[in-house]
Amino acid sequence: MSLHLSYRAAPGNPWFSWQYVRDNSDTILAALREHTWLTARAVLIAALVALPLAVAAYWFRSLAGPIVALTGVLYTVPSLALFAFLAPYLGIGAITVLTVVALYALLVIVRNALAGLNQVPPEVREAAEGMGYGRWGRLFRIELPLALPGILTGVRLATVSTVALVTVGVVVGRGGLGQLIFAGFQNNFYKAEIMTGTVLCVLLALVLDLILAGVGRLLTPWLRGRNS
Amino acid sequence: MNPVQQAVVWLNDPLNWTNPGGILDRLGEHLSMSALAVLLGCLVAWPIGLWLGHSGRGGGLVLLVSNVTLAIPTLALLTILPLTFLGFGRPAVVVALAVFAVPPLLANAYTGVRQADPEARDAARGMGLSGGQVLRRVELPLAVPYLAAGFRTAAVQVVATAALASFVNGGGLGQIIRAGFGLDIAAGGGQIVAGGVLVAGLSLLVEGVLALVERAVTPRPLRRARRAANRRAADATAGA
Repeated sequence: MSLHLSYRAAPGNPWFSWQYVRDNSDTILAALREHTWLTARAVLIAALVALPLAVAAYWFRSLAGPIVALTGVLYTVPSLALFAFLAPYLGIGAITVLTVVALYALLVIVRNALAGLNQVPPEVREAAEGMGYGRWGRLFRIELPLALPGILTGVRLATVSTVALVTVGVVVGRGGLGQLIFAGFQNNFYKAEIMTGTVLCVLLALVLDLILAGVGRLLTPWLRGRNS
Repeated sequence: MNPVQQAVVWLNDPLNWTNPGGILDRLGEHLSMSALAVLLGCLVAWPIGLWLGHSGRGGGLVLLVSNVTLAIPTLALLTILPLTFLGFGRPAVVVALAVFAVPPLLANAYTGVRQADPEARDAARGMGLSGGQVLRRVELPLAVPYLAAGFRTAAVQVVATAALASFVNGGGLGQIIRAGFGLDIAAGGGQIVAGGVLVAGLSLLVEGVLALVERAVTPRPLRRARRAANRRAADATAGA
């Protein structure tokens, strides 16, 4: 209850309050850490599952239709409904949040990776074949590097939307910064708490996006000259 | 009894449908909120998108709007808007949902006008049509398939997002899920799953219906052209 006292210490109900941030830095940092950690794990898991799926859809054209259609249908299902389906089985906690957000990230990455792979020009593929590359050699030496920009776009999109989506996890008690937003709402619309959570969310998305953009530049040195 | 059986039992109770705050009430709230939000989104996004596409400016702006809204958590917007002059209640929720409808509507309106055949535009200019007339009589009809595609994306997204209005007691089908989570997970499990089925079912239904509408408003020749283009793209990638 001592927290509530410090909430009231700021006069009125300002949008920003340094006093709130100072007094509750522990809570805020814990929420931020949880949010970052959930996002990072979700995107990592999603990427590890999505890439083999995209490659499978790329190699076997009969699989491409069903995979793309299934991801489309799953993407239509609202996040809250997905929480509703999984929570009774996975329980209340981080596992459920992780599963839901990873699933959405997965869909975005699969779609973009497949588009990136499909953009590899047929001449390039034939040239690689003529040089004696096998299916795996071609995939790792030629096709994946060429599809890298598309894959990275997918990962970046997935990361930004995952940061926003994690907040919905408050419904099962693990929302990271969403916890702050929701607590502020319940705590008589305590604006400073809501805004702190929101601003940190957007900043986190921005920072992660910039990091991934930097990683992308490092991984695709051959594109650098072309862009500038 | 597992949660799915519980959900079936819950859905089979007629009182859960007809009671005040029951499924039918929530469905009505959900649909009216979504419809208003999409309408508001169209009123804002289409004129801006069409004009930007017509004047050929603002491509960067469209991209920026899409990217920024991706990063803002829905929950935050639903929580913040009631604290502004909109006040606590339905208008704030509708505006929050409309914000998420704007990017697909805007981007598709912009692209729809930009992709209009430049020769058709020049021909219309040559016939003495003014800028506004070119937009209204040439570019707008040609953009209709894109507008329809954007409308579909926006509407489905809004119906899906409206489930989150329940966080701020805004009503809608999400309220059933939230009420279930409010109970113990063992007691509310059935209601949680039942709410999930309803919300997911409604989204898929809206998606399906609007897909048919989109097909209907795409002129037949364009439909065939698009399919042929898709097939060419698929063939080009079938090298392996």
